[in-house]
Amino acid sequence: MKATTSEEVIALSGATATIAAVIIGAIGAVLAIFGQDEVIRLHGALFLLAAAAGGYYVLTHPRQGGADEQAHYMDGPIKVATIAAVFWGIVGFLVGDIIAWQLAFPALNFDLPWTNFGRVRPVHTSAVIFAFGGNVLLATSLYVVQRTSRARIAGYWSPWFVIWGYQLFIVLAASSYVLGATEGKEYAEPEWYIDLWLTLVWVVYLLVFLGTLWKRKEPHIYVANWFYLAFIVTIAMLHIVNNLAIPVSFLGTKSYSLFSGVQDAMTQWWYGHNAVGFFLTAGFLGIMYYFIPKRVERPVYSYRLSIVHFWSLIFLYIWAGPHHLHYTALPDWTQTLGMTFSIMLWMPSWGGMINGLMTLSGAWDRLRTDPVVRLLVVSVAFYGMSTFEGPLMSIKSVNSLSHYTDWTIGHVHSGALGWVGMVSFGAIYCLVPWLWKRRGLYSLRLVEWHFWTATVGIVLYISAMWVSGITQGLMWRAYDKLGFLKYSFVETVEVMHWPYVIRATGGLLFLLGAVFMAINVWRTIRGEVSSDIADQPETAAAPELRHAATAVPAE
Amino acid sequence: MTYHAATVLSQTIALVLFVSLFLAIVAYAFWPGNKKKFDQAAQVPLEDKSDEPEGDGR
Repeated sequence: MKATTSEEVIALSGATATIAAVIIGAIGAVLAIFGQDEVIRLHGALFLLAAAAGGYYVLTHPRQGGADEQAHYMDGPIKVATIAAVFWGIVGFLVGDIIAWQLAFPALNFDLPWTNFGRVRPVHTSAVIFAFGGNVLLATSLYVVQRTSRARIAGYWSPWFVIWGYQLFIVLAASSYVLGATEGKEYAEPEWYIDLWLTLVWVVYLLVFLGTLWKRKEPHIYVANWFYLAFIVTIAMLHIVNNLAIPVSFLGTKSYSLFSGVQDAMTQWWYGHNAVGFFLTAGFLGIMYYFIPKRVERPVYSYRLSIVHFWSLIFLYIWAGPHHLHYTALPDWTQTLGMTFSIMLWMPSWGGMINGLMTLSGAWDRLRTDPVVRLLVVSVAFYGMSTFEGPLMSIKSVNSLSHYTDWTIGHVHSGALGWVGMVSFGAIYCLVPWLWKRRGLYSLRLVEWHFWTATVGIVLYISAMWVSGITQGLMWRAYDKLGFLKYSFVETVEVMHWPYVIRATGGLLFLLGAVFMAINVWRTIRGEVSSDIADQPETAAAPELRHAATAVPAE
Repeated sequence: MTYHAATVLSQTIALVLFVSLFLAIVAYAFWPGNKKKFDQAAQVPLEDKSDEPEGDGR
């Protein structure tokens, strides 16, 4: 029995989409014409352009309704987000590697405002976390929630609004950093009106996700969806609270935070650490809990452990932020609280890691034969490693050595490249043939190349940062026998040169791996003949193309 | 009520509330009667075999 959509609902969805486009376009026009600075005028024009394109598409592609509309899962927006993830990944890795070379050779700043480290660094962090990671999460969450709920995405235009609205957010944020408009909050740099835009997009995302769960035909909500939902809800809360600000003018970019002093710092790192906990951890654990079982065709090692993993993770993570502010004006008890909860996080992190790894028990041979499984599994190993290192670094006496040094940068990248990057690559390699209905990837050998270039790149990166970070920390605290500092600051900078060159080389390898992925994804989408289809597991194929002997051709 | 009394009260309530909530979750996860339900839930990703929501499911 296939439900048809009533004519009222069809008319309403078209009207809502058109009215939204008109309102957004009108606001864009006002900002473009009356804006007080060039950044907001440019962004007004971008809003206008995006609304015009969206409105034109809605009007020229009226919703048809009928029985066929709801018969299939809605994969269009997921395909866009998957391609966007590959594209923004390469942009973000490239920008990151450029600034890594800038640190080794400062002349590469070119003495231009738009290319200096201070403006380009947030482009890198936002591009990799929010643009690459965010699109991976959008794509996988909308894929997983449909499949595990046995329900098509709720909404008709709204999923498209979420995907394209999010891309617009990325363009607005990145262009404002390069042009020098920033709130100056780490990982929350966009100015007030960009924050409002993201809030709108995110609330629609939440409603689309919840609506899909509401429609589900599967009685149990699979654990991956719990992680995705925690990610969506918590990011909404963090984003809204940390970005509370008063604009100087409704026609200008500049705004001032509602908080000041130590409250501002604590709010910022409550946001910052939970961006790690709920964006970079909970969301990607959702990927782990769906894609590893799916790829190796085994249920998760312990479903009960996954429930305990979920609740203990979200109970503990939210308190860990103060460890970013050890030995500052933050009250001592708050620092100790942050440290204690960070150490307690060892347990859910390692419980989750064991759960992910042990899902392979009885199928360990897949590690040898399937590089996609290897990407997924090595990512979980990196998750275990960086969640061991993090609590260690949150201990105040360790932190007094590690804080403000490159050790922190190395730690972040073992999590970001090793865990988030590798699990995302694994998920993308699974998703592309599944979404585009292919029998497998264009080349599994190319995945093998990607795996090894990325792994060697990560190892170079993090070991260089351990060396330079600990060296820095020790040099900063070295005194001579009269009690004077033994080294001037510039001497510690000089020592960094070779570790910085090694780090930038590692980053280049990681970027190269991502280029291999882009080629592979592009050729798979184009449907080119796979060079090694015989080596690929059955699960590499789209679900309806597996069990080839018995399957009925789709459509 | 003084600030100190308010913090002691709120901290005590939060401690009892969150610890008992967490213990309840652990009990729920490991309750023998729930085992069958969770074993079925673990199979959810593996049972999806086509791109049609209506075609799958129990």
